[in-house]
Order: sequence, then structure tokens, then C-alpha cells
Amino acid sequence: MASSATDAAVALTRLGLGARPGEIDRVAADPRGWAMGQIRPQGAPQPSGQFADTAERVAQYIDYQSHAGLVRRDRRAAAPATAEAAPSPAPAPGMPDAADPQAVARREARQAARRDITQDTAQEFLARAQLGATTDDGFAERWALFWSNALTVSAAKFASGAFVGQYEREAIRPHAFGRFEDLVLAAEQHPAMLLYLDQTRSVGPDSMAGARRNAGLNENLAREMMELHTVGADGGYTQADVTELARALTGWSIPAARDQRQPNRPRRARRMAAPAEPGPDGFAFRANVHEPGPRTVMGKTYPAAGLAQGQAILRDLARHPATAKRLSRRLAAHFVADDPPPALVARLEAAWTGSGGDLAQVARALVDAPETWTPQPAKIKTPYDFIVSTHRALGTQPQRIQPLRQALLDMGQPPFAPPSPEGWPDTAADWAGPDALVKRLNWSRTAADLAQAADPNAVAASALGPRLGERTRMAVARAESRPEALTLFFMSPEFQRR
Amino acid sequence: MTTLNINRRHLLAAGSAGIGLAFAGRVAAQTAGPANKLVVVITRGAMDGLSVTVPYADPNYVPLRGGLAIAAPGEANGALALNEGFGLHPALTGLHDLHGQGQMRFAPAVALPVRIRSHFDAQDVLENGGKGLRQQSNGWLNRAIVAAGGTSLKGLSIGAQTPLILRGDAPVSSWAPGGLVRDGDRIASLLQDLYVEDPMLGQNLARGLATEQLVSMDGGDQRLRRNDVQGLGQAVAKLMTGPEGADIVAVSLDGWDTHAGQRAQLQTRLTGLDQLVTGLKDGLGDAWSRTAVIVATEFGRTARANGTQGTDHGTGSSLLLAGGAVKRGGPIGDWPTLADNRLFENRDLAPTLDIRSVFKGVLRDHMGLDRAALDARVFPGSAAEAPAMDGIV
Repeated sequence: MASSATDAAVALTRLGLGARPGEIDRVAADPRGWAMGQIRPQGAPQPSGQFADTAERVAQYIDYQSHAGLVRRDRRAAAPATAEAAPSPAPAPGMPDAADPQAVARREARQAARRDITQDTAQEFLARAQLGATTDDGFAERWALFWSNALTVSAAKFASGAFVGQYEREAIRPHAFGRFEDLVLAAEQHPAMLLYLDQTRSVGPDSMAGARRNAGLNENLAREMMELHTVGADGGYTQADVTELARALTGWSIPAARDQRQPNRPRRARRMAAPAEPGPDGFAFRANVHEPGPRTVMGKTYPAAGLAQGQAILRDLARHPATAKRLSRRLAAHFVADDPPPALVARLEAAWTGSGGDLAQVARALVDAPETWTPQPAKIKTPYDFIVSTHRALGTQPQRIQPLRQALLDMGQPPFAPPSPEGWPDTAADWAGPDALVKRLNWSRTAADLAQAADPNAVAASALGPRLGERTRMAVARAESRPEALTLFFMSPEFQRR
Repeated sequence: MTTLNINRRHLLAAGSAGIGLAFAGRVAAQTAGPANKLVVVITRGAMDGLSVTVPYADPNYVPLRGGLAIAAPGEANGALALNEGFGLHPALTGLHDLHGQGQMRFAPAVALPVRIRSHFDAQDVLENGGKGLRQQSNGWLNRAIVAAGGTSLKGLSIGAQTPLILRGDAPVSSWAPGGLVRDGDRIASLLQDLYVEDPMLGQNLARGLATEQLVSMDGGDQRLRRNDVQGLGQAVAKLMTGPEGADIVAVSLDGWDTHAGQRAQLQTRLTGLDQLVTGLKDGLGDAWSRTAVIVATEFGRTARANGTQGTDHGTGSSLLLAGGAVKRGGPIGDWPTLADNRLFENRDLAPTLDIRSVFKGVLRDHMGLDRAALDARVFPGSAAEAPAMDGIV
């Protein structure tokens, strides 16, 4: 059954994160069944470990913000009348920060709160990489990571980084094999996304809050919803549609300390807000910030309905044919080839539209498609895939976050921190440039040095199965040391691809 | 003698590694004088031109900008005076010094040939050099190298990934700090055997290792701190000097998408930009007189401040041109004014100049490309856009 061993090797690398020792043999009996069996209504498996859920993280974040607010107040008091700042409420003569022990304590508390959150996020990333290195459900994992990247939030911004672990666990993974519109709604209403794309700051100019404060719209989330998360830049919307959606989204926010304080602070309550309507997973809708009135987006008018107005628009965008077309192509390009076979894209699109955006059906179509099973590897692995698949080949898992973080930083893919809302690219031109290959070689040598006990010939055979080329097999066999053999194997054309 | 020595060591090292020259053909193409140098800095995320080249004399500037307006020259935290009613953001002191020496010019209202407000699509057009999206699969800077003879100019991108602007048929290298390979020669040689049927991996690894070789011969890899932009500028300058130095370089600076809290963000970003240019100038030494640096962005931002002390995606922005090769001169292109009836779609600075015209002017006057090649090959179908200025060098 040579062909099913090949299919197993294809399944484990192209659809998964690489083969662990013995895995190709186990999967060879039914490679398609291996993938199909991971398409479960409850979504993709979760990383293990004890992490704060979104509600707890919201509380921690509010706590951090209150420390940060006190520090800002101290700074204003210490340095009045810089021409930069608006009229300062505290014109008291400034004392240097350091001379005030309470101010120092407050600053340290802020730093500690920030550090705790950052370290938690780093541990979440390590747990995710450990799941990747050890899971039997490599396809479900890759599928979830695809959606996390398609609906990017980034820890490049502290506020969204504070929630990025929760985002993947609570918004993405549970919905990865559900309906796309439910996935999108969960993602766009999660604090990570609301903070990453500035939505929590956006105020309807004619809302109750907007009329009182000099505040207004921020159209960042609305634009990326259309451009990147649903219909795409050529999906047929205009600037006016972006602005209209931004108006509809005003009020989409997260809980704040003042929501709890309100009963005791009537004056502040009057000024700031009616209580926020709490929603699931750290979402809060602020009716007093919401721009009143009907909205027209892409030719359809949505009556005033508070939170439901933006949700209705978003569902329509998620169901739009341009969304199915765009994301089907992106899926095919991610899993199969930089320039994907049109027949594959068409299959995915048909599954998408035929099922009303049921991602389980789209996933099944990908597994069913003959284009998915061509044995020749086409895609260059991303740095994350490369590192995780190396661990899988060796039967190990990353133990500490710092070396993992440094390696990914060097290769251009720092943990949880894509450079823009577009997310990580995944073409050969993006990841196999001259400097990137030097960094991969560096990392391969380190990984090979640490894995001296492994038998390189066995590692190569079990990681690639029948996809191991003769040239690479010979190079590994003839190497003058184990580290050299493993370095050559990790850098080989077929291991660099999937 | 030193130069010769380094060159010889480099050749020996590369030869023993079995990877050949990083830039094949360079030796054969060696001509009389040293080549002029061009650095293109792309500020990604849409740099707010109205805060970079501040139109303080435009009566609508302050009313539109409110709290985001940069004060006029002479006022507290005011702009640094340029000419004709413009000032430079106060963080750009190094660039302002260059302007005083006649080594910096600016185009206050440029844009792409198409109106796009998506960062990624607009960056694609900015870098592909076509009239619209996905019209070219490679970048105009790479095509400029091809048009100049293919291998006579050496291209280099800074960063882990090669940006579209430098992707294409001409082989280019890339570099980012932190890559020194221990005892790399033997493994590099073995890998070249392994990549015999994989030219992409083979050529790219060879180029990457050769660039590392250059760095290591020049004192090794002193790991740059992440925010040390001046150090980065100097490191880039090192890779541009000597006989194997790069002639054409692309650098990306991220973080210009200022939807909220713009003032502080720009202060940081522009300080970094200024340090990058200053670092390049210091590091290039004599070669600075043969260098032009272009700072370009994908589009500008809204003329009005938004509700969160930021700005949203707009249209026209400014472009900076600096370097020892730049001649003294006024603003490049017209100023459309910020009058209500002149704003593009009642929200953005209206562009008066196709950004490709500036690129064409630099490539013609500084890199010696002829107009026909620029119109047809480097920027296909751009004959209607004349080079924006004459004689920058």
C-alpha cells in the first residue's frame, strides 16, 4: 500500500503540522478518514494548561488600566504645562516622580500588571506550540490557525495582545468548524479584536455620549471587516459603506471599571454612560455611544436596532458571495499552492455557498478534493510550521518560551504578532528569501545540536515517508555527524515544504 | 589595500563554501566609476503627510486638524521651517539639517495612480509600479535593476522578508540582524549539493550567506537592539559600501497606521525615520554624495482629525527625497490647498502628482535609466507621467 503511505505523508504535512515518529504508519490505513475525523462540531482542540478565560482577563485588564490611569495622573501632576497637553486639571507644581514613594509604588504596580499579562500571553503561545508539536489532530489545528490568521489580531499592540490567547481559545477554536457568520461574529465582538482595531474608542457623533464629548468615529474595524474579514477590497463596497458600517458599530465595546462603579457614582454615571449591556466573552454594548438611525451598507438599509444593527450587517457581509469566493481562494492558497488550482478553489466555493458558509462542509471539500493529494510538496512552511514540524519529526516539544520566541523573531514571525491586520502571508516569496534561509539554517543547527540522540536516518524516514527524496536520504546517510545529518534534513527542499 | 584584501577574502570564503559569488556577473560588469546608490524607505501603514511636511501657511490646516495640528515654525513644538509655507515635523531634525544643506526635497501631495484605501492593496500598487492592483507580479525596483543591465546593480532588502518592490528576475539579497552562521562553510557546501534541483532555495541561501559574510568581515554581528534605528541605518550603510556593497536597497518601517493617539505615535515613528537617514548618512561617508533616499508611503490620511485623536485612511500624502546626490530645490509638485472644495471626496488631501513621476525622475537622473525603459518596462504604461523633476543630482 505504497500509495496510502504517500497519502498519509501528504495528509500529515500538507493538512497537518508534520509527521511524528510512527505517525505515517498509523495514518496510512485511512489518510482521508484521519482528516475527516477531526472535523467536529465542537471545533478544534484546545491547548492544555490553566489560563484565564476572557472574563477573568477583562478583570485583569481593567485592573491594569486603573494602575495605568493613576500613573498618568501622577505624570500630569509632576510635569504640568508642557505645551503638548490639553489644559491640565492639576496645575500643582511638579515634583519629580521618583521623589514620591506612592507614585513609584503605583508605577511599579502598573509595570507588574503589564508584565503579568504579557507573560501569560507568552505562556499561552508556548502551550499552543506544544499542542501543535504533540497533537494527533494536526488538520484541526492547522484549520484553526488559518482562521485565527484570516481574522487577525496582533500582540504587537499591548491591549489586543492581552486577549490574544483568549481570542484563539474562545472565539476561534470553538467556531472553526461551525458557520462562518458565527465565527466572524464571535471574532469581531471579542475584546482582542475590538481593542486591536480601535473599535472601543469609536463614538457616534450624534449619540448621547458624542453630543456631550468631543469624540467621534473611528472606522478602522469597519474597514478591515469588509476589506480583510469578509468581502475583500474588490468586493464592491465604497468609502461611504465603510463609514456607514463604522456608524453601525459604534457602541461595540468591552466592560470598564466604571460599569461596576456606577451605582455609587451618580454624577459620573450621568456623564459617562448608561450601563453597558454585557454580552458573552467580554463584549459590552454601550447604547449611549451608538449612533442612532438607519444605516445603508452596500445598497441595503438596516433600521435602527442598536447592537443588532451592526450584527445584521456583519451577517450579510459574511454570507456575501464575494466572501465565499475570497476565502475559498485563500484557503486553497494556504493549504495547497501559492497559486492554487482553479478547480480546487471552485470546489471550496461551491461547498461554501451550497452550505451557507458551513466551515465543516468546506473542510470536507478540501479533504475530498483530488488537488489536495498531489504528492509533490508545493508550499514553503511558515517559520512557525517549520519549527513545530521539526519538533514533531524529533518527537519533542518546545519546553521554554524564550528560545522559541527568539527563533520566531529571527525568522520574521514573532509570536502572536503579525505586522498588520492582514495577518501572516504564506508564499515562498515571503518566507524563503536569502536572510530567512540563513535564519532557518541557524535554527536547524541549534535544533540538531540539541537532538543528538536521535537517529537522523530514522527521523528523515519517519517524518517524510515516501516523500523523502533520494538526494536528501543520501545526504543524511553520508553526513559526518548526527547534527550535520539533521541540519541537512531540516533544510532539505522537501522538509522545508509541505 | 584594505578593500582589495576584503574582496579577496570574500571570494575565497565564498569559493570554499561552494556557493559562488553572491552577485553573479558583478565582476564582469565592473565599470569605471562606482555606481550611484538608491535607498527606498517604505513607511507602511499610511504615513500622515500633513504631519510630516506641515502646510502651516494653509489657512485650513489648523481648523481641519484641531489638536493634531503641528504648530507653525517659531511656536512651541513648532514645525521646522522649509520653504513656501511648509515646515517639517519637529522630530525630523536630521532631515531638516539636510534640507538646510540643499540635500532634502519633498513632494507635498503625491499619490498612487489609483484611489485605494486598503493598506495592503495600496502597498501592492506602490511596489508593483503598475497602474493598478495585481498588474505586475514583481516590483519596480527589481525591474529597474533589470533595466540597468540585470546584474550591474546589486539589490538588497532589509528585513526577514523580501518586499514586493524588490521581488523579480534580478537576483537580490536580504539581510536582518542576528544571522551569523557558525562554521557555515561545510554545511553551506553540502546544502548547495542538496539544492541542485531547487534553484530558489539554492540561490537564496547562497545570497543570504554571502551577505552574512560581508557583515562578519566588518566586525561581526553586533546584535542590534530592536529600536536602534540609527544603528540599523549604519548597518545598512555598511552593506552598501565596499566593492560588494549593495547599490539599491529597500527598507520597510512599520507602524504608521495612526487611527488613534496619532501625535505620540508619529513622534516615535518620525524620530526613528530621522535616525535611519542620519545613520545612513554617517555610515556611508563619502558614498553619501552618490546616494539618494526616497521615503514613500502607500497613501495619506484624512485631512480632518477623527474622533479618537487620530486620522483614518485617506489619499494624498507627502514624499521625502534626501541624500548627498540631491540638488537644492523647492517642493516637487503643486499644493492643492486644504480648502473645502479642494479636498478629495470632501475628506482627503487631493494629490497633484503621480508618485511614479518622482520615482521616474530619480531613476532617470540618478540611476541613469532612459525614459523609454522607464515608461515601458519599469513602470509599464506610464508614458503619460513625465519624470517629476529635472536633474536631482
